[in-house]
Amino acid sequence: MAARVQSEPFDPALVTAGLGDGAGALVTFVGIVRDDGDLSALEIEHYPGMTEAALADYGQGAAARFGLTGWRVVHRYGRMAVGEQIMMVATAARHRRAAFDAADYLMDWLKSRAPFWKREIRRDGSAAWVAARDEDEASLARWQAGRPLGPP
Amino acid sequence: MAIEVLYFAWVRERVGLPRERIETGAATIRDLLAELALRSPGHAAALEDHAALRCAIDQKLTGLDAPLAGVREVAIFPPMTGG
Repeated sequence: MAARVQSEPFDPALVTAGLGDGAGALVTFVGIVRDDGDLSALEIEHYPGMTEAALADYGQGAAARFGLTGWRVVHRYGRMAVGEQIMMVATAARHRRAAFDAADYLMDWLKSRAPFWKREIRRDGSAAWVAARDEDEASLARWQAGRPLGPP
Repeated sequence: MAIEVLYFAWVRERVGLPRERIETGAATIRDLLAELALRSPGHAAALEDHAALRCAIDQKLTGLDAPLAGVREVAIFPPMTGG
């Protein structure tokens, strides 16, 4: 499966194994739980069933739009401490621009349209759901408005 | 018709349930939200601000005015924060 949803950590090298075969470019992005001062951990909830389908759908959409030779998405759920890897996207294409753009495009979709919800756990034990950011919506919208990057 | 309604993140917390099976004649999700809000103060608190809600019908994202005829599963949740 090109899309995976799991609670366990992942090894990017294993995720991308063989993905560059027949390609000229392989781009990977790994999201990491960022230490913003007093963050202890993230808890990520998801919608089992829909999540897997949505990741596969967005991956296939990116593959078609950018002419990818291959792609992988891994996204974790559950509790992750600061410094742990949350998710990754890998895109392979004949040329670098398509691979970079497809990774960027996929990330914009995952941020705002994949059914995950983050909760921040602070060092004092308090917790709060992360609010969606307007700039993430704006990032996604730029692929629709005028399509500045990548093939149509 | 019977519909399985799922809640996620703070919607789930405020409603106090991850899911419930309901009988409804609601024509759209927006109508369904109004019906559900009458079930408890928690439902009301979770569902009153439609602008803060997103939804899926049978595991596909959709708008609040989507029709419910023939639907099996509706999910109601806050804007997504993946990645």
